[in-house]
Amino acid sequence: MRGIIKHFPGAKALDGVDLDIRAGEVHCLLGQNGAGKSTLIKVLSGAHQPTEGEILWKGERVTIPTTMAALRLGIATMYQELDVVDGLSVAENVFLGHELSSGGVLRRATALERTRDLLRRLGHPEIPAQREVGRLPAAGKQIVSMARALSHDAQLIIMDEPSAVLDPEEVENLFRVVRALRDEGVAVVYISHRLEEIRRIGDRITVLKDGRTAATSLEVEDTPTRELIALMTGHEVISDFGGTAIGATSDQPLLEVDGLSLDGVFEPVSFDVRPGEVVGLAGLVGAGRSEILETIYGARRATAGEVRVKGKKLRRGSIADAVNHGVGLAPEERKSQGLLLDEPIYRNITLSTFARFARSGLLNERAERTAAREQAEALHLSPADVQRSIRTLSGGNQQKAMLARWLVHGCDVLLLDEPTRGVDVGARAEIYGLVRELSRQGTAVLMVSSEIEEVLGLADRVLVVADGRVVHTGATRDIDEHQVLDLVMEGAHG
Amino acid sequence: MSETKETGVPAGADTPAGEELPSRDLSPDEEKAPKTVGGSNLSLGHSLGLILALAALVVLGVVTGGDRFLSVANLMVILQQAAVIGVICIGVTFVITSGGIDLSVGSVMGLATVWATTLGTQAIAMDVHWSMMFFTALAVGAAAGLLNGVIIAYGRVVPFIATLAMLVAARGFAELISGRQTQIVTVPGFTSTFRGDLLGIPIIVWMFLIVAAAGWFLLNRTTFGRRTIAVGGNPEAARLAGIKVKRHLVMVYALSGLCAGIAAVMMLSRTTSGSSTHGLLYELDAIAAVVVGGTLLAGGRGTIFGTVLGVMVFAVLRNVFVQNNLDSSVQALVTGAIIVGAVLLQQRFSSHSRT
Repeated sequence: MRGIIKHFPGAKALDGVDLDIRAGEVHCLLGQNGAGKSTLIKVLSGAHQPTEGEILWKGERVTIPTTMAALRLGIATMYQELDVVDGLSVAENVFLGHELSSGGVLRRATALERTRDLLRRLGHPEIPAQREVGRLPAAGKQIVSMARALSHDAQLIIMDEPSAVLDPEEVENLFRVVRALRDEGVAVVYISHRLEEIRRIGDRITVLKDGRTAATSLEVEDTPTRELIALMTGHEVISDFGGTAIGATSDQPLLEVDGLSLDGVFEPVSFDVRPGEVVGLAGLVGAGRSEILETIYGARRATAGEVRVKGKKLRRGSIADAVNHGVGLAPEERKSQGLLLDEPIYRNITLSTFARFARSGLLNERAERTAAREQAEALHLSPADVQRSIRTLSGGNQQKAMLARWLVHGCDVLLLDEPTRGVDVGARAEIYGLVRELSRQGTAVLMVSSEIEEVLGLADRVLVVADGRVVHTGATRDIDEHQVLDLVMEGAHG
Repeated sequence: MSETKETGVPAGADTPAGEELPSRDLSPDEEKAPKTVGGSNLSLGHSLGLILALAALVVLGVVTGGDRFLSVANLMVILQQAAVIGVICIGVTFVITSGGIDLSVGSVMGLATVWATTLGTQAIAMDVHWSMMFFTALAVGAAAGLLNGVIIAYGRVVPFIATLAMLVAARGFAELISGRQTQIVTVPGFTSTFRGDLLGIPIIVWMFLIVAAAGWFLLNRTTFGRRTIAVGGNPEAARLAGIKVKRHLVMVYALSGLCAGIAAVMMLSRTTSGSSTHGLLYELDAIAAVVVGGTLLAGGRGTIFGTVLGVMVFAVLRNVFVQNNLDSSVQALVTGAIIVGAVLLQQRFSSHSRT
């Protein structure tokens, strides 16, 4: 067995990190946002140079000056943002950067053949090697990314949150592939926020905190989850969901959804949300959950049905109308759908309300900053300086800024799409606490989450969505995780 | 200068602190520096480079041309030449900030000069008031821009193609109306008004200054400007925040057309004629000046001050070449080098300010 050891004490974002990876293991890397996981990966993949410390590869000291050098050593990285070129075919993507050629002419047949071999090895012979990658689903793209890593004869594959873009079924598939790789003797560094995944796939764990290794090479089986969370956050998470749901504070519904449907996406759905109530939409990615949320919000134009807020009907397909009636949406993709990354924090917080602070078209930035600062302080935004660029915030704090936008707006109905995706454990608890606080104030919350635990823990009622249909509606206390999973699976196949 | 230093210090001192307490302590002080908020730090840094380039060009002009270059008359020539393209550039700054492009500005200006000088328009202007010509040019420009905007926002045609089509079509339309003839301005009130001076400064230079000042105000101090930046920075985020993106884009292109209409009036007063050949290749000069000025071609960040500097750099450069009877081909070569140089510089500045 070959031992692979790497040390990087003293790098700037990394302040003394030790990591050792053995061949044929799945080594999980855990840490909150900003703990230094990404930097560590970049050092390993040759994108960054460590200021101090050394990397030992198969017992020998090596330097990794470029990403190509890393690949030559046999270290391949699959980034979080899938790094495939949509316009090229599967085979072209697999051999991107090290095209098979003789005398400058591409050897297409060989490339296709080897791609098919790799896909077979990954257990996905059904992916056509000539298909344009842009037409594959996210899971397919990930397989292509993995095939590329293998095409370099990688002995160490680093996977940065590979499950973030996948739904539960696809995650199973991913696990199968990872296990197969491990059994072939490939070492896998697996990064994820989801503790339960690590528990299932990981052999050993290294925990990073503030650029240091908080604990290294823990055996997964011998380490309780509570201890892991404590290592990551530095303190134990006492209450997961900020207590039980508050329940409706009034019987008069705030949000009424009546026979709303979108052809080809989801079938007519009807429900209402009362003040102080949290309703969760559970289901697989692609089942239509986000689409229901977006249609209520007017981001998609409904084919039939109507949405009423406080009894007033919303105009179909008009976001402005929804916002004016006090509806707010925190979208699934924060960066691409929610934020202006080059702008300061306060302008992101007031993106929906700056016109309200303005007088006859003239901005009042002072009032905007004051309002934004109040929310930032209430939400413990860190750093709290609202004039800084939003880019400098961690995922959890960016999400808080998104919520602050709607708090400034003072909305009655809050639509949350995957509110804790890419958010670390500490910020998660704060977001849960905030939802509780809003409920107490009588806000109606409708949330979508892929984490069933989260829906059950946070919501009063749950709607299970499968394949564009609501297959179950009921109180969360009457149903458990397994029942929800069964409903999701049945609905998806039925 | 002093402003950059003031904001530079607290921002730098803030970064290592990171904790909540120190930044809260700072919060009362923040109110002191509201003017430099919102990415203008970056544009100030970048503008500094442009100001230096402009100064270098002026020195070059003085060394080679001496007093002739520095004479008031020559400065006025430079300003007048800068004024027409300058007004166009203000409109283009908005379009580029919104994430789009407007290739039609030059030919829309040409069309507006032609329309405003047709026998019919001039006859009405004679009968009613000379300002009818002025408003005709503005209306033609704004209408063409409006059409661009509607095609782009509601027809979902990419701005490059939509405005390219307008570039070709407006030129053709102008040729059709004028029969490819140059149309002389005969309304006396028009020429006497716009060819005049105020406080020793030509009216068209005043017009440029006013449009630039209004543009700066609109971009930095109004909801219209904020929406433009938001739409250019992340159209999806702007839409989901409740901003009416399509309607706003229509207004941005209409504004660009309106600026081309104002430029047409200035062109008419400088040349006393309307012609379908007015404004040839102005779109390229305008984009060059705007981008050199520091407005992000990808959208989301724009600077009117930078645009004005960009316009001035090219105007002074041209003047230095003309004064010294240098080859205009060499001038084109130098212009190209300046565009690349300025953008390279801009990237350096922006990467420094980000890390």
